[in-house]
Amino acid sequence: MFELLQDYTVQVVVFGSAVTGGTSGALGCFAYLRRQSLIGDVISHSSLLGIVGFFWLGFLIAGDGIKSLWLLIPGAIVAGLAAMLLTQWITSSTKIKPDAGLGVMLAIFFGSGLTMLRIIQRLSTPIPGHAGLEDYLFGMAAAMTRSDLWMIGLLTVVSFLCVLGSWTRLKILTFDAEYAAGLGLSTRLWEFLMLGLLVIGIVIGLQIVGVVLMVAMLIAPASAARQWTNSLGSMMALAAVIGSACAGAGALISSAKSGMPTGPVIVILLTLVVVISVLLSPGRGVLMRRRSLVH
Amino acid sequence: MESAIKTHQLTVSYGVNTALWNVSAYIPAHQVSAIIGPNGAGKSTLLKAILGMVPTVSGDIEVIAADGKPAANRAAAASSIGYVPQRSTVDWDFPITVLDLVLMGTYQRLRWFQRPGKIQREEALHALEEVQMQDFARRQIGQLSGGQQQRVFLARAFVQNASIYLLDEPFAGVDAKTEAMIVEILHRLRDAGKTVSLVHHDLTTVRRYFDHVILLNKQLVSCGPTESAYTPEYVQKAYGVEGMQLDGSDRNGSDGNGSDRDPGNV
Repeated sequence: MFELLQDYTVQVVVFGSAVTGGTSGALGCFAYLRRQSLIGDVISHSSLLGIVGFFWLGFLIAGDGIKSLWLLIPGAIVAGLAAMLLTQWITSSTKIKPDAGLGVMLAIFFGSGLTMLRIIQRLSTPIPGHAGLEDYLFGMAAAMTRSDLWMIGLLTVVSFLCVLGSWTRLKILTFDAEYAAGLGLSTRLWEFLMLGLLVIGIVIGLQIVGVVLMVAMLIAPASAARQWTNSLGSMMALAAVIGSACAGAGALISSAKSGMPTGPVIVILLTLVVVISVLLSPGRGVLMRRRSLVH
Repeated sequence: MESAIKTHQLTVSYGVNTALWNVSAYIPAHQVSAIIGPNGAGKSTLLKAILGMVPTVSGDIEVIAADGKPAANRAAAASSIGYVPQRSTVDWDFPITVLDLVLMGTYQRLRWFQRPGKIQREEALHALEEVQMQDFARRQIGQLSGGQQQRVFLARAFVQNASIYLLDEPFAGVDAKTEAMIVEILHRLRDAGKTVSLVHHDLTTVRRYFDHVILLNKQLVSCGPTESAYTPEYVQKAYGVEGMQLDGSDRNGSDGNGSDRDPGNV
């Protein structure tokens, strides 16, 4: 495995995955604290339609199958946002409850995405490069190229600047949206920025984790980090470290075994960290609580 | 009567439900006033409408800023109002300390990329002293009791340095000692020239605590000084129940009738 790390391609993949895991993990703290895990799952599943759709559009325009993140991530963003806006519209204009609306939207977008994926794979004149498209279901870090790395870097820098620039506002909004509105913050604008950060935290990791399991990389680092700290800043930092380490290690392990999807490996590592944190953390850990009850 | 906030024929509705209907009322400046009414009377909605948190169907709201002139826009109105929401609206397991929570009140004075600094921290600590919570500054908010949570919320409103304080049921779920302390703080604010108005539930304490009363039941029932606006006739009109105790002689008497302590009430 250490020989693998000498390999330039593997270096790119591991580095890119670690950056991705860090960004997702940190941004996931907002989703975790705002109880938006389900919303995250809907966005990630829905984005499959955008990925496949933009791949197809790219073929229509350029005449070639393009799998660059510079094309597919915008597709994922468009589909993810469309699913969210449609859910909001449905729940505000009908009597359908938000959770039902989310469930329906997930099914529609993910189902359409899967169908479109099958159609593209069975075209009589196949689109070149279509084979790797299904890797977006469970993730394939090895598919990462240097140009993908730049896209990941761009999303990381943008979200980092957003969070740093509006730290106090985001904190108020996450803690108490009503109070934020009372302070005169434009809730609409800020809710949209929050949604934007959530979407970035998801689409950035679709290539390496896949649409099916992506919500785990968003939420698991935050759930683990929350057990160890009582401050939002250190929670985000710790979630970034956990996400980064698990994603990097997962990418390395799956590179060693060719053809192994990366997503499940990363999710298993994340699950281990969460279980350890929930059991052992001082103060909040289940085992520690037991012990303090005994004494 | 100099007023700090005036509503003119204010109507607010949630979907098909009308929460407030044609309410023309005022909150007097430099006084402690109560917004009273039965469950679902629109008390919290009135506060939220003033703060611009719920859309209004019709009518006007005028907020007089600290300089004595009407606030020109929502941001100006918001910066002159310190809002204390119901305690139950937030997640008390949120990973912040007491000091962090109070520092949220300083946000309006912060620029982009600016984090609360030494000055803001001193202001926050001072506000915590006002409510006798300075020893809890480093604690995680989840470790506080209900009364302590309410005092921290008050401190957060203080650091905003507003001229008007609007509180949504500050006495819900706090013990008698904390309630007395909060009342004292509110009266001190009034004596310092601030305007204080709160949504209140306990009819037995109205005469002791408040200078001014706004009695609501979706429509305005009465609005004026406590002696004239808080009479058995008006209370009966608002609650639709006869023979209610209005003074402090029987503390439990009114609880069974119309008043309640349901924090989810709008």
